[in-house]
Amino acid sequence: MARAVSNRRRLINTLLAWSIGLLIFFPILWTVLTSFKPEGQAIADPPMFLFFDWTLENYFVVQERSNYMRYLMNSIIISGGSTLLGILIAVPAAWSMAFVPSKRTKDILMWMLSTKMLPAVGVLYPIYLLFIQLGLLDSRLGLVIVIMLINLPIIIWMLYTYFKEIPTAILEAARMDGASLRSEILYVLTPMAIPGIASTILLNIILAWNEAFWTLNLTAAKAGPLTAFIASYSSPEGLFFAKLSAASTMAIAPILILGWFSQKQLVRGLTFGAVK
Amino acid sequence: MGRIVLDKVTKRFGDVEVIPPLDLTIEDGEFTVFVGPSGCGKSTLLRLVAGLEDVTGGQIQIDGSDVSSMPPAKRGLAMVFQSYALYPHMSVRKNIAFPLKMAGMKSAEIKRRVDNAASVLNLTDYLDRRPGQLSGGQRQRVAIGRAIVREPAAFLFDEPLSNLDAALRVGMRLEISELHERLKSTMIYVTHDQVEAMTMADKIVVLQAGVIEQVGSPLELYRTPRNTFVAGFIGSPKMNLIEGAAAASYQAHTIGIRPEHFDVSAEGGKWSGTVNVSEHLGSDTFLHVQGTGLADSITVRADGEVAFRHGDTIHLTPREEHIHRFDAKGLRVE
Repeated sequence: MARAVSNRRRLINTLLAWSIGLLIFFPILWTVLTSFKPEGQAIADPPMFLFFDWTLENYFVVQERSNYMRYLMNSIIISGGSTLLGILIAVPAAWSMAFVPSKRTKDILMWMLSTKMLPAVGVLYPIYLLFIQLGLLDSRLGLVIVIMLINLPIIIWMLYTYFKEIPTAILEAARMDGASLRSEILYVLTPMAIPGIASTILLNIILAWNEAFWTLNLTAAKAGPLTAFIASYSSPEGLFFAKLSAASTMAIAPILILGWFSQKQLVRGLTFGAVK
Repeated sequence: MGRIVLDKVTKRFGDVEVIPPLDLTIEDGEFTVFVGPSGCGKSTLLRLVAGLEDVTGGQIQIDGSDVSSMPPAKRGLAMVFQSYALYPHMSVRKNIAFPLKMAGMKSAEIKRRVDNAASVLNLTDYLDRRPGQLSGGQRQRVAIGRAIVREPAAFLFDEPLSNLDAALRVGMRLEISELHERLKSTMIYVTHDQVEAMTMADKIVVLQAGVIEQVGSPLELYRTPRNTFVAGFIGSPKMNLIEGAAAASYQAHTIGIRPEHFDVSAEGGKWSGTVNVSEHLGSDTFLHVQGTGLADSITVRADGEVAFRHGDTIHLTPREEHIHRFDAKGLRVE
């Protein structure tokens, strides 16, 4: 039975939800608005909300000064590549942990997660040296590998929870029906796990897209993705808020659009397992 | 062909021995039911035969060859699961065709077999639907269809009817019995419901704690239960087990009398008591009698027309030729 909610209560809840939503959205909105302001009005005090001289100048300047398309391509390759590689490793790993668990499975899962508890900067130096040795510094391949490794525990955890939801009897039925391990994963498990795999992919692309620590530390001019593009506008010589905002807007726009269209999958991914 | 022999089969999970060494032969074409209370090892035994669990010791033979270390797919068996275990993303047609596709069969032959199975199971109109769009009974029929298309050496059923409502269960019970009559294949059927066991089996295997208590035809088990466990488990309502002086007068530690083996009277009889509850089923009346001094409650199955009510005094006389006698260990005494 639904709980009885009075109209007054519902109004308060709605207002509260909207305020929290706007509060979270405000920084993005402010960035977008600032990107359309002339440099002078961007730092005006008191801040100008809507009534300023709207201009596209910042975007032209940013596009002229740096090659947006190259950064965009790097972002796409790094986030797409690391996600694809991660999924290829994580699907068999999560499968074995979900369906042929051993006594140590839980420990291994916890251990994987524990690697996320270490501050990234703690391993920056060794990884940096490794990258020099292997000639991976400022290369897309190097970043694909590092970001894949950074996010792998999360991918495995997410897939593991999805796979756990699939009834074992269905996989046993496939085994009785003569399916090999390959057919079992290909024809039965994967199609049933597609919604889960899809939301894992989406979340991972977003995480990889926004990753800044490794991309900033391990790249220079060549392999830098959009995070490096933004960073190049926060110069110590002077603050160009409007241009920085324009760069940020251009950097987050693709992922914002992707996220907007895949909201349903994402929400399902983040709350999966909470309710049956 | 499908003669299945279990030779000293054992199963341990860690330190727990679920199945102590067990021998059993299931003849070709036989409908064998494993029955017992929950946790008695009947499902584990079925899964050992299926190959979904590995035996810890002993051997499983199908038609003379040792399959103990073969994967499920190689054993030539088909299984129907309690939860149906249909592939939710495939249509009914694809579900039924899946084992044939895995066997690498030609698509024309697959279509012929699927259509045939669908018409036998009244599923022809549902072939393009997904399992989620079917009722429980239809889903169970799809699961059975998926099993029969393979023409397996034997069918394994793991409590296939326990998710269905009572009316549907009776119908499906009949359908499975008819299927057995038509296919004449070996079937092993696991259930905790002794009514299913009695009505369907050629041979019943009663299990308790992984040990076979008795193997026999339904009527053998009903007429001559080997011990008090089988006596209490087979038959509904349960056999009355009576200890003490009444049993001693028959030179036994325990005597067993089935509810239907009492003569009831309002005037006089061997024992008397008070009716506590009387359940009228129309054809029969179940009377639960207290205060007899024999046991806490004695269940009596009387004629549907009998009109005893709560609080009435009732006289019971057991039919001597139907009294079962057991010794102190619970074993049958002839």
